[in-house]
Amino acid sequence: MDDIEMKVMETITQLNEEENLDIDFPESYIDDLSKAYVGKDLSDDELKELIRKLKQAYDRAHVEAGEAVGTVAAQSVGEPGTQMTMRTFHYAGVTELNVTLGLPRLIEIVDARKDIATPTMDIYFDEERRNDEEFVRTLANQIGKSTINDILKDFNLNYGTMEVEAVLDSKKIEEKRLDREEINAVIEKTFKKSIINGDELIISSAKSDKSESKFEIRELRLLADKVRDLQISGIKGIGKVIIRKDDKEWIIHTEGSNLKEILDMDGIDHVRTTTNNIHEIGEVLGIEAARQSIINEAQNTLSEQGLSVDVRHIMLVADIMTSEGHVKSIGRHGISGEKSSVLARAAFEETGKHLLNASIRGEVDDLTGIIENIIIGQPIPLGTGSVGVKMDYKKE
Amino acid sequence: MKIDIQDHMLVPKHEIMTEEEISDEFSEVDYDIKDLPKIKSTDPVVKTIGAEPGNVLRITRESQTAGVFVTYRIVED
Repeated sequence: MDDIEMKVMETITQLNEEENLDIDFPESYIDDLSKAYVGKDLSDDELKELIRKLKQAYDRAHVEAGEAVGTVAAQSVGEPGTQMTMRTFHYAGVTELNVTLGLPRLIEIVDARKDIATPTMDIYFDEERRNDEEFVRTLANQIGKSTINDILKDFNLNYGTMEVEAVLDSKKIEEKRLDREEINAVIEKTFKKSIINGDELIISSAKSDKSESKFEIRELRLLADKVRDLQISGIKGIGKVIIRKDDKEWIIHTEGSNLKEILDMDGIDHVRTTTNNIHEIGEVLGIEAARQSIINEAQNTLSEQGLSVDVRHIMLVADIMTSEGHVKSIGRHGISGEKSSVLARAAFEETGKHLLNASIRGEVDDLTGIIENIIIGQPIPLGTGSVGVKMDYKKE
Repeated sequence: MKIDIQDHMLVPKHEIMTEEEISDEFSEVDYDIKDLPKIKSTDPVVKTIGAEPGNVLRITRESQTAGVFVTYRIVED
């Protein structure tokens, strides 16, 4: 394919020289031209004509200077947004994992929420281990949250001795590929007064005096809950895990997310493993990754609802959200709240606050934006309004 | 094991530009390089490639629309 691409590039350079066309196509166009050249079996003259026609179409498609791209983007995302379901939850695909979709998710993305409703990760494995079921299951149990409750065989409250008696299930422990020693260590560390005898556990309250009182029964029950909920394995922030086999490989989906620690684990595919938490991506992988993630998430959310919005609009939103080096929200706490013009800010939200603060600080409005000029009734700097006329004094 | 985040599919290629490249690229534009989009000096990729505040990074993204797209960010504190 490289030879053909070279041929196309050469033809373009030749045309540029011969006909002064000033062609500067993006790489995807060169790709498409090469494919058409081979696929349609074009002659050199036909290729030249195709390039000329493409140049015309490309120029027509260009955004004119002074066009309100932001407004168009807002409309293009906003209108399909009105058709989205208000339903927050829905089962995503084959997994039984709840993921926020539709309008609530889109709002989450553009608001740059720190705590999203349903963080989730897709964990992939490296080439050697993506078909190793045993390894995947072991890792899934290391990642996913397990509590004592998950490995119980028998559980009793002994009101006579005021102790919690539990029997662990060795089979379940083995099934979950957990380490017995580690479980015992966690139990001993959390409950000072615990006796571990093989599978049997006897745990009594840390408070030593066993004086008869009504409170102690309550205390015993609280202790029982504590024993059941004791976490014996898992990574911070991650709850349930779902193991799924795709056509070719094993994938783990999680409820909750901890990209940093998961990426540091052995056997994980460091290229494709991601989370849907944009802030986390920004912290772990950088601002450019966050930008790409905003685009991916917004596009997936829209296309899942059967809506198609041109990526360019979403890219513009993502560019603006990440232009300062951190993920900013659209809206009063982000982009709109940081506009330099007082009048523009006041026209958006919290009018009184902005006008009052501006008057206290003695702010000056240069009237360079659109909103300010509409407010005071001047032509707006947009389209043909964005250019002015200046007199050439030197001319006779 | 320390992983290289630059391998991740979401992370485009970041390169530190030399003075020469900067003057080549920005001598004929009517904006200052200080007005470029920013990237924090605490950004994980900036730390990995060892860029300093004031450096300009050339970022080569894979774009859905243009195939390859080159953009720039300036490192700030």
